[in-house]
Amino acid sequence: MVYNVNLLTRTQLQIQPNNYLKKVRQGTEVPRREDMDKKPDSRSEVVLQGNEACARAAVYAGCRFFAGYPITPSTEIIELLSSEMQKAGGAFIQMEDEIGSACAIIGARWGGSRAMTATSGPGYTLMQEAIGFAAVTETPIVIVNVQRGGPSTGQPTLSSQQDIYQARYGSHGDYGIIVLSPSSVQEMYDFTIKAFDLAEQFRTPVILLADEVVGHMREKITVHTGDRNIKRPKQRFAVSPSVDFFNGANSLVEGQLHDDMGRRIGHLPNKSGEFIEKINRKISDNVGMIADITTYCMEDADAAIVAYGSVARPALNAVKRARGIKDDRILPKFRVVRDLVKRGVKETMKTDYSHLKVGLIKINTVWPFPEDLLRQAAENVHTVIVPEMNVGKYCREVERVLWDKNVVPMPKCGGNIHTPKEILEKILEEEGVDE
Amino acid sequence: MNKLYEKYIKTESLPTLFCPGCGNGIIQYAAIGAFEKLDSSGEIPSSDIACVSGIGCSSWIPCYFKLDVMHTMHGRALAFAEGLKLSRPEKKIVVFTGDGDCLAIGGNHLLHAAARNIDLTVVMVNNYIYGMTGGQKSPTTPKEAVTKTSPFGCIDEPIDGCRLVTSLGASYVARWTTAHPAQLEKAIAEGISHRGFSFIEVLSQCPVQAGKSVYGEKDPSKIMEGYKKNTYLFRGGEAKPDKDGRIPIGLLHRDDEAEEYLDKVEKKLKSQGLR
Repeated sequence: MVYNVNLLTRTQLQIQPNNYLKKVRQGTEVPRREDMDKKPDSRSEVVLQGNEACARAAVYAGCRFFAGYPITPSTEIIELLSSEMQKAGGAFIQMEDEIGSACAIIGARWGGSRAMTATSGPGYTLMQEAIGFAAVTETPIVIVNVQRGGPSTGQPTLSSQQDIYQARYGSHGDYGIIVLSPSSVQEMYDFTIKAFDLAEQFRTPVILLADEVVGHMREKITVHTGDRNIKRPKQRFAVSPSVDFFNGANSLVEGQLHDDMGRRIGHLPNKSGEFIEKINRKISDNVGMIADITTYCMEDADAAIVAYGSVARPALNAVKRARGIKDDRILPKFRVVRDLVKRGVKETMKTDYSHLKVGLIKINTVWPFPEDLLRQAAENVHTVIVPEMNVGKYCREVERVLWDKNVVPMPKCGGNIHTPKEILEKILEEEGVDE
Repeated sequence: MNKLYEKYIKTESLPTLFCPGCGNGIIQYAAIGAFEKLDSSGEIPSSDIACVSGIGCSSWIPCYFKLDVMHTMHGRALAFAEGLKLSRPEKKIVVFTGDGDCLAIGGNHLLHAAARNIDLTVVMVNNYIYGMTGGQKSPTTPKEAVTKTSPFGCIDEPIDGCRLVTSLGASYVARWTTAHPAQLEKAIAEGISHRGFSFIEVLSQCPVQAGKSVYGEKDPSKIMEGYKKNTYLFRGGEAKPDKDGRIPIGLLHRDDEAEEYLDKVEKKLKSQGLR
């Protein structure tokens, strides 16, 4: 048998002791079985739908348990993982409801498997109790919410960003949580992987807050084709020692406020107060490690668009039009919104926006709120437009941080995404007032 | 202290929060007796057993065990247990739940777990009442019982959990009472070693809350004597109350041929060349 040593990639090389690899290269030692079974980590370009990208990324990120319940517009994730999870040697179950799915992934995570579920609108609401349980028991799980229009059954097939506060404050009680918001298929892929890593690192549930536009669009993206070397996170911020089951630690996973042993302290106000502070500060003290924003043309900007999720796409397009940028290569992960044409939105750009010095601040980690990064990025602007597909919720957070700027909400409900022209008109309106 | 207690109970967590006269202590002792039986015979080491429970008085039973324990949300213990079982198929999971936890808020999960015949052992402690919240009617509260939420007498037909799960495909179903601790211990051990969905209902006295409204008797020993009088040992046929209204106890249903959920999954994957 001939061993192709070249197949071992750089990532794999780094984790091996040097002498072992030298010997492998020299041919004096046979590569270990686990290295032979592992496909090398390489990348390839494929055209994928957002939901498919999420499912694939989960498998790559080491997710080996998926429980879910079908719901539009997230169904493609459960469909794809019903076979892919099993092929990867993991387990899949279609549960009887969404709260059962959320509970099952928490159970599976304590069994030692990285676990995920995916849902939308009403299903996400049903999961809230379990999210609080995961927060208080510090269980690292990933929940994908492909947002649709609400309230209630609402608009099953159309997009919205109405769950932005539910993602942060949905479960009862005070807890910290991490929420990522992808705006492209590539980000749907990358953020899913990031979600698993952040969950493990901070021992917390992580929400991937996508929306119907991102979930259903198809784009060319770069994916990993091999197996990932999953390392234990370097830093863990768990408040209580958390040992997976069947390791002889006699772990007690307790939904009531508890001490390090898992024993209840719910009846003791002082200890309980400390515990609540700890599980909140675990996230809020480490915003610097979690927060992530992308800026575009902000160096000389007078006005900024603050956007997250799919709305960041027409926002970027608006910036490009105002700046006369035709080259996509400047920010290769973004692509021009073609989805608008399909939806019958036709617009003509007669007005000249070229005098507008507009920039974009795209929020990638919507919670915890990236206060310092936003403050820094928007330092020199005087107008901030916040387009979002809800009644203007996230804008309140922006207003709180950029209290000395002219922060303008730009809500849009009903399922249509903002058009670049609408955004530019809004800026023109605001800038006109100033001048 | 009893040696079994030293081996299986976290003594630093004692005393338990159970009321004086509660049946939970008897069930706790029967459960650790069953663990010890399986452990000492070498059949299932206690390190291979984990417990999951929901919310309610009975769900505090496993919280004192020196095992891996998950004390979860109201009604969802079975969903947590299914996730845990699927991620560690070789391990044994015992679920402690109550009549309200299992049959009311968790009814949907019970239906589906029983229908899947997934390898879990469910110990449903039936005290006929919501004890922790102060004595409200539960799905098993007898008709005409006056509770805090049925002040004019309960009008709902009580649910028979054992017949329910039997009809859905649970492959081991038994009912015992706290007046039968040895039989209960044996049933829990059998349920754990049985491959499939095992459902063990335990009639348990709640002298504080159900004492007044359900039994009209607050003395735990007298309630337990009542269990002996008002039950009959099931010997085949239909597991229904007899003419005198006595309810059947014992092994009510057992099907060793029934295919277990994880086995079905494995079989399917093998047929597709995925295992």
